[in-house]
Amino acid sequence: MAVCAAVGCRSADPASTLAQIRARGVLTYGADLQGGEPYLYEDPKDPSHLLGFEVDIMDALARRLGVRAQMKQYAWSNLVPSLQRGDFDIAMNGLEATADRAQQITLSTPYFVYAETLAVRRGAPYHTLADLAGKRVGTLNQTVAHDILRAQPVEPVLYEGNEEPYADLVQQRTEAVLLDNIIARRYGCIPSKPEVVCLDGDVALGTYVIGTRKTDPELAKAIDEAIAAMRADGELERILRKANLWDARQTGPFPEVAPDAGVRARSFDFEQAKLFAEGAGYTLFISLLAFLLAVPIGMLLAVARVYGGPLARGAARVYVELFRGTPVLLQLYVLYYGLAPWWSLGPVTAAILGLGLNYGAYEAEVYRGALLGMPRGQTEAAKALGLGPWQTLWHVLVPQAMRLALPPMTNDFVSLLKDSSLVSVITVIELTKRMTIAAVDLRGWLVPGLACALLYLALSVPLSELARRLERRLARDQRPHAL
Amino acid sequence: MISVRTLCKAHGARAVLTNVSAEVTKGETIAIVGPSGGGKSTLLRCLNALDTFDTGEVVIAGVTLRPRSGGAGETLRALRTRVGMVFQQFHLFPHLTVQANITLAPRVVRNVAPAVAARRAHELLDRVGLADRWDAYPHELSGGQQQRVAIARALAQDPEVLLFDEPTSALDPEMRGEVMAVIRDLAAGGMTMLVVTHEMHLATEIATRVWVIDRGGIAEDGPPAQVVEAPKSQVAKDYFGRLRK
Ligand SMILES: Nc1ncnc2c1ncn2[C@@H]1O[C@H](COP(=O)(O)OP(=O)(O)OP(=O)(O)O)[C@@H](O)[C@H]1O
Ligand SMILES: [Mg+2]
Repeated sequence: MAVCAAVGCRSADPASTLAQIRARGVLTYGADLQGGEPYLYEDPKDPSHLLGFEVDIMDALARRLGVRAQMKQYAWSNLVPSLQRGDFDIAMNGLEATADRAQQITLSTPYFVYAETLAVRRGAPYHTLADLAGKRVGTLNQTVAHDILRAQPVEPVLYEGNEEPYADLVQQRTEAVLLDNIIARRYGCIPSKPEVVCLDGDVALGTYVIGTRKTDPELAKAIDEAIAAMRADGELERILRKANLWDARQTGPFPEVAPDAGVRARSFDFEQAKLFAEGAGYTLFISLLAFLLAVPIGMLLAVARVYGGPLARGAARVYVELFRGTPVLLQLYVLYYGLAPWWSLGPVTAAILGLGLNYGAYEAEVYRGALLGMPRGQTEAAKALGLGPWQTLWHVLVPQAMRLALPPMTNDFVSLLKDSSLVSVITVIELTKRMTIAAVDLRGWLVPGLACALLYLALSVPLSELARRLERRLARDQRPHAL
Repeated sequence: MISVRTLCKAHGARAVLTNVSAEVTKGETIAIVGPSGGGKSTLLRCLNALDTFDTGEVVIAGVTLRPRSGGAGETLRALRTRVGMVFQQFHLFPHLTVQANITLAPRVVRNVAPAVAARRAHELLDRVGLADRWDAYPHELSGGQQQRVAIARALAQDPEVLLFDEPTSALDPEMRGEVMAVIRDLAAGGMTMLVVTHEMHLATEIATRVWVIDRGGIAEDGPPAQVVEAPKSQVAKDYFGRLRK
């Protein structure tokens, strides 16, 4: 049984999850720290210690079951499939009650009533969602707010964190943000963002619930009873008041489970195929332009490092170390969000620039290696014929170095094609992001995953083939030696 | 044509050239011989500024080279279009055809029109006996053929002086003859040449003068009849004695 608990497998006995929890004395719940304050976050004084109103609720709930609560870190958009797979006992992290989720897992009675709140820039001419037709509206991926936006004629812009939607609203990259009132009050209409106002009037009401597997009715019942008891004896109110979240909505009546808005794809149809093709288009476009930027940057850096004076050498070295030694994700964040107050780039421009600057550092090393691999005699022969340094580089060294560099360059391009999936953090919906959205909508990874893989291959294989031909052409004079 | 005055060069503490002085007049062919490590290559490289020297002066084809200055860009360019060099290892550009190897420098250094450069390349290929190989890549040629292309490439800049550093040492014996024939032909045509070589018959039959270089200096300098047949210095006696064996 210890093994069973460790690998988190599901037992056929419906009573056993609750029995197992009691036996091991621990109730595990899946949640995502990225949700941050006030839900669940690390104590800044002691990061091993968690804070947040959901942590308090879980502790109280576990106590009422006679056990201890333990958080398991999972990406928020994967909480439901991970619960179904059996990675933890319950899912508890701002999980909204929706008809869609009710089909997949058992939803508890609510522990919180939220309101979808629309935030806009101060003075903007928008008063309701209807005023925003055709405009870019930010929200979190796969939330109820996302579904509401999908049912409207607006362009949803998807984020993974709570800060970024409002940062982009301030930067005028979006016209509004639709999110839970908790998030809106904490990250949106706050004194440090005087430009942002939260509009009165709830766009929709909804509830946060705890998810259990459909095979665990006993556990679901125990949790429902515990929540009801917490509500009855005032512990829930105390916890919510402590987090400054108590309001008139919490006393009921509770809103109905939101009916299926009918906006989520249910099969991989022509519409989906079109969206995937569009995602692949972004992937290819961003990768190609980023590489076109990376190649000249790499050449300049390589020439500076191999032939430059001390200053140029040093500067090029710093560039390479900086861009190669830090995560490209961080560079994208800095470029898109960090520099925004001074230099506000569009998401696609920032994606191309970020990947191009980053890959420039890698290309620099490829070309440097190739240049260092050139025999000295080539330079001497060119010099002796009167060619200047740049002429020698351009007519003699670069063409030969290119031939050496081509295989690693092809490699880098294919790798860039895949790394371009990182630009979804700056709201570009490229191929991989499209796949993850479809996987949640279709409730399965298989078909979207296959489609995504096939499209990546369809992009990379012709490119490697092209590179292979180019290589053959360039290397006419260098047949491989027989061994 | 060439005037070398009290040339000195050291690599760190090791003196490589010590007080070398020499004069070469137009149309001469100088065979440079001597034991390994004597400084033959270094002297040649100083003459077209592939190496710098520490003291002394070189005047070559009207260009004056001074110590340590790699020379201003313009001086260097002038020098190198007037002084050609042929290397032991050919150093052809492997990514270019024979014709492109020959026309590259005239086109980009002297802005010769491509058609004019190509015509000249074909003349030169004809002269070195490779008229039909203009579109071959270097790897498709034998060593002897490659060296002849390298000579044609140097000639394409219409140099006044040609420097050869052991042009036949990397070749099989049966290919040396074809390269020697080209050098002999150039000598007959009045080209001024300095040839570092171990080929006895170049020293005896083609050269107008022979220099024996040892430990950074010119140990002996004179016509072949004198230097090869009746050497005065011990190093020359040893050197030619060894070669005759
Ligand atoms: N880059 C260098 N650093 C230090 N010493 C060097 C360097 N290049 C040449 N030398 C030294 O200078 C001396 C002359 O070398 P050079 O190549 O001119 O001789 P050489 O007469 O051409 O010999 P060989 O017949 O073997 O080609 C040698 O002792 C050599 O070790
Ligand atoms: Mg030598």
